[in-house]
Amino acid sequence: MNVMVSIWAVVSKDIRSELRTRYALNALLMFVVTSVATILFALREDEVSTDVLSGMFWVVIFFSAMSGLSRIFVSEEERGTAMTLQLVASPSEVYFGKLIFNCGLTLVLSSAVTVLYLVVFPAFIIKSAVVFLMTILLGSLGFASSATIIAAIIAKANTKGTLYPVLSFPILIPLLMTVMKSTTRALDGDSVTAALSDFQILVSYVMIMIAGSSLLFDYVWKD
Amino acid sequence: MKAIKYASIVCITCAILAGIAIPMVPQPQSWLEFPIIPGLEDKARNIFFHVPMAWSSVLGFLRALYYGFRYLRTKDFDYDIKSVSSAGLGTMFCILATVTGSLWAKFNWGSFWNWDPRETSIFILLLIYGAYFTLRSALGSDEVRARLSAVYSILAGLTAPFFIFIMPRVIGGLHPGAKGDTAGSTPVAQLHMPPNMRVVFIISIIGFSLLFVWLLDIRVRAARIEYQLSKKEI
Repeated sequence: MNVMVSIWAVVSKDIRSELRTRYALNALLMFVVTSVATILFALREDEVSTDVLSGMFWVVIFFSAMSGLSRIFVSEEERGTAMTLQLVASPSEVYFGKLIFNCGLTLVLSSAVTVLYLVVFPAFIIKSAVVFLMTILLGSLGFASSATIIAAIIAKANTKGTLYPVLSFPILIPLLMTVMKSTTRALDGDSVTAALSDFQILVSYVMIMIAGSSLLFDYVWKD
Repeated sequence: MKAIKYASIVCITCAILAGIAIPMVPQPQSWLEFPIIPGLEDKARNIFFHVPMAWSSVLGFLRALYYGFRYLRTKDFDYDIKSVSSAGLGTMFCILATVTGSLWAKFNWGSFWNWDPRETSIFILLLIYGAYFTLRSALGSDEVRARLSAVYSILAGLTAPFFIFIMPRVIGGLHPGAKGDTAGSTPVAQLHMPPNMRVVFIISIIGFSLLFVWLLDIRVRAARIEYQLSKKEI
């Protein structure tokens, strides 16, 4: 029970410091708006297929996530609070606290992108809501699970901003390929049973990444 | 190490000579004739070189991962030297495998790149190697560099099962063992080769693996000397 309390303490501390400046949230949402606007300029009145739309959907989420999710550890290093956090909480508590915060941030991000897409793209119609919701949930969880540990790694490096997408991309590719496919399914109106194999891949990805990074986090976090 | 060196030279020379010189005939009679595979003809010879190179590049990644793991357990800096040398060699073989495969694909499948699952996975292996070395160059102190790059190589290794076992099954492809290919049911495709081709192929695989071990030994020894020299200057 004690562990749960300290994990929640880390999460609520992060939420409070985020709400104070709203840096990550603002940066993410502005990034989403600008990138969707760029896509709109490029596509104009073209008839776009669901394949292209679902691809573009996750491209926007990927790059916005890459602009905001690293804040969680980079800000600790910048403000010099990493040492204090090491003193008051065990590594696994810090990891799961940060993971939960990043999950929330990614969920906010992907719902914002969904709303924007529904408004601006007439062809973006969600025909099977269950498949879409499952994809968004599992996809966000998967994004957060690998983005959190990479954020912890790059927080120690010199060139933080450019390094983040470079390191995350190879690890996120299996996830990206799968969520793009199942988003296309949701837009085409496939049944849940047809998308089941995609969900199996997503669930196994999330489990592997969370298990692996919670084991490896000790080595990244402790100096 | 001398024995490995000579064995690798002998194996690779044999594989190159046999792979290029043995003629391909429609009805092979003797041991020194390969059958012609319709649609492939002489292009089939690529398998003696392309596959062992891809094999060595995966070997390089696995060894980098293994030594990274050992480094995290022991904090012995020698393992980091082994890990980074192995990753460097793996990168070289990865580029060679990509180039040979891509050239072959141009003449056989019509374009240099088709995004078939195995092409995707070797591209990702290249990206992982690139990211690994970028990360290393961005980290200041030796200890942090060794630790974090070991963690990254293990993380990247965790995604490997998706590329080896899942993606080729889910996405249709051109390599043997892809979705819809009834003949190859194992992940790394069964070898449908006449016995004499198989002998050459296996000799080539052994030769390239031994070449990898030999080159790794040279690189590790050089890196150790460099490390000791850098310690002396301080």
